[in-house]
Amino acid sequence: MNKIMLSRSGLSALAGQALRPYRNPLLSSRFAALQRAFISTETRKAIDSAVATAPVVLFMKGTPETPQCGFSRASIQILGLQGVNPQKFTAFNVLEDEELRAGIKEYSDWPTIPQLYVNKEFVGGTDIMMSMHQDGSLAKLLEEKGVLVEAEESDASSTSS
Amino acid sequence: MSARTDTEAAMTQATSGITPDSLSTTLKDKLGASHVNIQDLSGGCGQMFEAIIVSPQFTKKTTLARHRLVNGALKEEIATIHAWTPKCFTPEEWEKKKGA
Repeated sequence: MNKIMLSRSGLSALAGQALRPYRNPLLSSRFAALQRAFISTETRKAIDSAVATAPVVLFMKGTPETPQCGFSRASIQILGLQGVNPQKFTAFNVLEDEELRAGIKEYSDWPTIPQLYVNKEFVGGTDIMMSMHQDGSLAKLLEEKGVLVEAEESDASSTSS
Repeated sequence: MSARTDTEAAMTQATSGITPDSLSTTLKDKLGASHVNIQDLSGGCGQMFEAIIVSPQFTKKTTLARHRLVNGALKEEIATIHAWTPKCFTPEEWEKKKGA
């Protein structure tokens, strides 16, 4: 039951192409100050694609197998209990990527990690996952989005995947 | 991250400047909170807080929207702490919860 999640290392691979040093006017020193204040377009784009890598995406500290923070651990456990389909799930370890760690907070306008996205939409952090887990709304959401493991092995023709 | 002694705890708290009291005051000011109860779970290092916040401003808002309000009010503070667990209630919900 705990083996469900795959992890994918940070954003570096995704961001790699975007950060190649072609002549980008935004990288001139004039904009350096601005860039410090706001996450760069590159970071935003990289996070856009990270959020879109799977229907269920969790930004966490550590990996699903070895979470580095109690809150990340709890979030993984909740997703496991809910029966999220590992093939529809990706976790990003923010500890591997400082840019991601800082960027995701601004991207979601949310100050803490972990952060859960379902179908590219921000759901919340551990507290919210916990209360949604308890009141049944998380089960409903995940069910509606079709991201759970089928309850029974259905031999019927499977729908698209 | 927890402090080993009370003195150490007091010292780190003095540096982070974040205490349950300072958080309460900000929440009462900015959110018109009628009741705030903040527990420092960090053992004094000012890194981990659990909060009960009661404010009429939460009325008709989702949990996510309530947290966003609180996060907005405490932007700088939350940036420096590791763990922040707000529990947000409207005055009506709080009355019910206390009664239950």
